[in-house]
Amino acid sequence: MRESTIMKIHYGTALAAVGLVAVHVLMRLTSGGFAESLEYETVLANYRFIPYALMLELILVLLSVHGFNGLRVILLELKQGRRYEKAVSYGCMAGMVSLIAYGTRTIIMTNMGMV
Amino acid sequence: MAGENKKGIRGMANPRRYGIERVAYWMMRLSGLGLLAYFVGHIYETSSILRGKAGWDEFLDLTQTAEGHILLGIVIGMCVFHTVNGIRVMMGHGGIWVGKPARPDYPYAPASQNYRHKIGIYSAIVLAALAMMYGMAVMFGE
Repeated sequence: MRESTIMKIHYGTALAAVGLVAVHVLMRLTSGGFAESLEYETVLANYRFIPYALMLELILVLLSVHGFNGLRVILLELKQGRRYEKAVSYGCMAGMVSLIAYGTRTIIMTNMGMV
Repeated sequence: MAGENKKGIRGMANPRRYGIERVAYWMMRLSGLGLLAYFVGHIYETSSILRGKAGWDEFLDLTQTAEGHILLGIVIGMCVFHTVNGIRVMMGHGGIWVGKPARPDYPYAPASQNYRHKIGIYSAIVLAALAMMYGMAVMFGE
């Protein structure tokens, strides 16, 4: 993929994540206070509310793509070379996929009542 | 010859000689790495809900401490700085606030490193500090 396209994805994921993370943080502050919003029952209810679970999944994907691409950019600024660049790109891709898979597993299992 | 210029992480992180733009450059990278580390930790932390109420409460006890609140306060600061400075960088890449092309005259001040972008960087730092203070007040106030 062209580097200019990757940077557009990087900026797009950042802007989308800002809005969704703001909603996620506001949910902690508005649902009866910060401590109450972290209680087991409240968090479980959040996960079982499908629109909220979908939003969490979207945040997970957006931040994983943005975060691991950011890491890739930093690592490519430090050192260049064909093998190194391939290793960094595939390594970051693997990290991103693993994190999305692990987070999705939590969201799906909690949403479907497998707790 | 080429090896002499390879400063690696030291070269990237050196904030001296290049003004507030260089400080913003490495703060952007440090906050990005910090936020990625926090995000990975947060995904692992929230997976403790799969171990039921006991597992969730056990992990929550680890984070609901003074040290946990301070760490979260730093994360809030990094998040706000990264967001505001990121928007500034995006605008710069899009050609907004970078000035008009002109003949390069001594002392060759780059048009893109103008007061608007400097205000943007200082605003990001101030907003991050305010958000940190608000976050700390919420967490320690309960």
